[in-house]
Amino acid sequence: MSAWKKHQIFEKNSLILIIGIVIMISIGGLVEIVPLYYLKSTIEKTEGMRPYTPLELVGRNIYVREGCYACHSQQIRPMRDELERYGNYSLAAESMYDRPFQWGSKRTGPDLARVGGKYSDEWQRDHLINPRSVSPTSVMPGYPFLMDAKLSTIEIENHLKVNALYGVPYSEEQIANAKVDLLAQAEPDSDAAEAFEERYPDVLIRDFDGNAKEVTEMDALVAYLQMLGTLVDFSLYDEKANLR
Amino acid sequence: MYQGRGNLPPIELRSGSPIWTNLFTLYGANIMGERKVRYLSLEEGGFSLLLLAVAIFCLVIAGKTWDQVLAFHTALIALASLAGIFFIFRRYFDGNNTPAPLEINGKPNYNMAPVKFATWASVFWGIAGFTVGVIIASQLAFPALNFDLPWINFGRLRPLHTSAVIFAFGGNVLIASSFYVVQRTCQARLPGSIAPWFVVLGYNLFIVVAGTGYLLGVTQGKEYAEPEWYADWLLTIVWVGYLLTFLGSIWRRKESHIYVANWFYLAFIVTIAVLHLFNNASLPVSIYSTKSYIVWSGVQDAMVQWWYGHNAVGFFLTAGFLAIMYYFIPKRAERPVYSYRLSIVHFWALIFLYIWAGPHHLHYTSLPQWASTLGMTFSIILWMPSWGGMINGLMTLSGAWDKLRTDPVLRMMVVSVAFYGMATFEGPLMSIRAVNGLSHYTDWTIGHVHAGALGWVGYISFGALYCLVPWLYHKKSLYSLRLVNWHFWISTLGIVFYICAMWVSGIMQGLMWRAYDSLGFLEYSFIETVDAMYPFYVMRAFGGLLFLAGALIMVYNLIMTVRVGEAVESEAAGQPAMAPAE
Repeated sequence: MSAWKKHQIFEKNSLILIIGIVIMISIGGLVEIVPLYYLKSTIEKTEGMRPYTPLELVGRNIYVREGCYACHSQQIRPMRDELERYGNYSLAAESMYDRPFQWGSKRTGPDLARVGGKYSDEWQRDHLINPRSVSPTSVMPGYPFLMDAKLSTIEIENHLKVNALYGVPYSEEQIANAKVDLLAQAEPDSDAAEAFEERYPDVLIRDFDGNAKEVTEMDALVAYLQMLGTLVDFSLYDEKANLR
Repeated sequence: MYQGRGNLPPIELRSGSPIWTNLFTLYGANIMGERKVRYLSLEEGGFSLLLLAVAIFCLVIAGKTWDQVLAFHTALIALASLAGIFFIFRRYFDGNNTPAPLEINGKPNYNMAPVKFATWASVFWGIAGFTVGVIIASQLAFPALNFDLPWINFGRLRPLHTSAVIFAFGGNVLIASSFYVVQRTCQARLPGSIAPWFVVLGYNLFIVVAGTGYLLGVTQGKEYAEPEWYADWLLTIVWVGYLLTFLGSIWRRKESHIYVANWFYLAFIVTIAVLHLFNNASLPVSIYSTKSYIVWSGVQDAMVQWWYGHNAVGFFLTAGFLAIMYYFIPKRAERPVYSYRLSIVHFWALIFLYIWAGPHHLHYTSLPQWASTLGMTFSIILWMPSWGGMINGLMTLSGAWDKLRTDPVLRMMVVSVAFYGMATFEGPLMSIRAVNGLSHYTDWTIGHVHAGALGWVGYISFGALYCLVPWLYHKKSLYSLRLVNWHFWISTLGIVFYICAMWVSGIMQGLMWRAYDSLGFLEYSFIETVDAMYPFYVMRAFGGLLFLAGALIMVYNLIMTVRVGEAVESEAAGQPAMAPAE
């Protein structure tokens, strides 16, 4: 009986065929995905990684909502030109709290992994309102509507809760005060800002969009952009220890 | 209780055994026993309950949510579910619900109405998806076309384009062709009278929910898996129905062997289910919010995403459309599949190897190098089964090559397989780390994808549509082969414009990014590389416009085929069933 004849068992039994398919498609996925969860070298040991503040998290969700990843990567490759253009190559640790990851697959615009602190808040705001006002030949869409959109605080504590459920280290206090904290980060002169600073030390507390009257989606998005890639302290990063 | 029509039988739901196993036997028993009393069949009852449960769940959410988009979507799903229940019961009370006979005069009584619906749905979504493609291509050349509005900016329209062409156009082509092919090759009617409609209508409802969601800013932010949690659940339920309906036809088959095209359809349906479930594993912020957070994070999410993303290509856009190749090309060429053994090797090697290829999207990233190296290695090996499949498709024309001169539909399908060969050579090439270092993040990737999408998926789909419409409407032939010729040449020109523009712009972009001047400084600022893209973006948009124009010619041709095409004299003269691979 030739091997070809033996194949008939798949051709005559739909369920055996399905079992065969499931086994064949499982192997590759299991081998490639499962080790990423138990190999300790997958995520580097770093100093400085912290969860997003509520404002940054909402800003990140706006980034996702507007599909920024369609044109901007957040992943610097270890190549000379990229290191010079964008800064240190990206570490896996830097996106450990990113749900979803936003590494992107296309650079119609530049990489944003380390855009934080590169430009002023004013530049970011003007650029988002009308990219051509600061970069005359840019092909990026304008997002003036972010200035008019008052930031919604609905269910923000649930956003933190779901993340905490996944193991993101938000404290109970941070979750309980999420709503206050969300606005406080963009209201540096408010009373809430002080309490916010205690809960989230070393984060930027500024009126990001230059509109002191209300906290807008522009505040959130700029707050997110301004912290991108700034968390890991590379002076303390041990490249050799994290070799993999 | 409905009082209008006298003596109504009691509504009786049979219980005791699972709905799906009963479904397939129940009708046969009904026919043979010639029962006069009309029961609400298990299928009708089961679907009514399912739809009712969905409707109630959605109405509760719609009533309580603060999220307007979620309220809109859940109301839409609830409305569709209630409409479904209404039609099930109207059929019942009108007495139209006696199951269709499985055979008439010893010939299988095929259920082609859902196939017709999915066929026209694919035509509609195809035009919609190509149009959005032309719009976003133009936006890149002329950013003023974003109009500073949220719902039509590039970032929201781009997933609309990809989903419309892959899942709406491609998905409907796959559902239409799979339901057609599985009935023909098994010589069996699709199981159930509600189930096929549930699949076809449910799938298109998912498309509407997903697509409107993108425009309104609802997205998971994972490429090709943008629909949010509730749309994902909707698709999951529909997909289970799809698998069971497809399998149900296979279980009724008259031939002992399952035809090769059906292996590929099965692999596509099963694998897409697995990919969909894992890549979309997420928890909503609450059931009153559109927003969810994915279980995987960072580097693991990247790996899962591209495991999904590349196999959406491998199983949705390849395995499914290879099934079309394995039925429609032999059928149109009137030649048997070139090699049965090659198709066995092709099948198993393709599905085994494809699943590994994902991490080649993540070269030089923070994904550990062992993983991307595995992805690269298997991508290169994958070249072989891909070309094996291409050879099997092309060589099927042995002895019928002359038909390429006279039959533009066959020519379209053969060129499609040629594009498949080209894209599956270019793919492994681009998966090599050093090449990827240049090509990644550039338009070269976009060009590569479109060689596969426009050339392979587009052309094999057009070929299938050109075959299906005359068959479904019992027409001798298409309205006009001359118009098919025009379609072919206009869109081929469009593809050439498209991929050439992207090759040049992509490679140029990659080289400009890494160019250094004589003093050792980066030669170009980023915006200079953007400026250099302009002529190619215009050229690409023009290529896309040509492709769209070709597709519009097809729409006219198909509509005219139905309206004025010459009918086949008798049913018996229709397509004979195809013998399975032996």
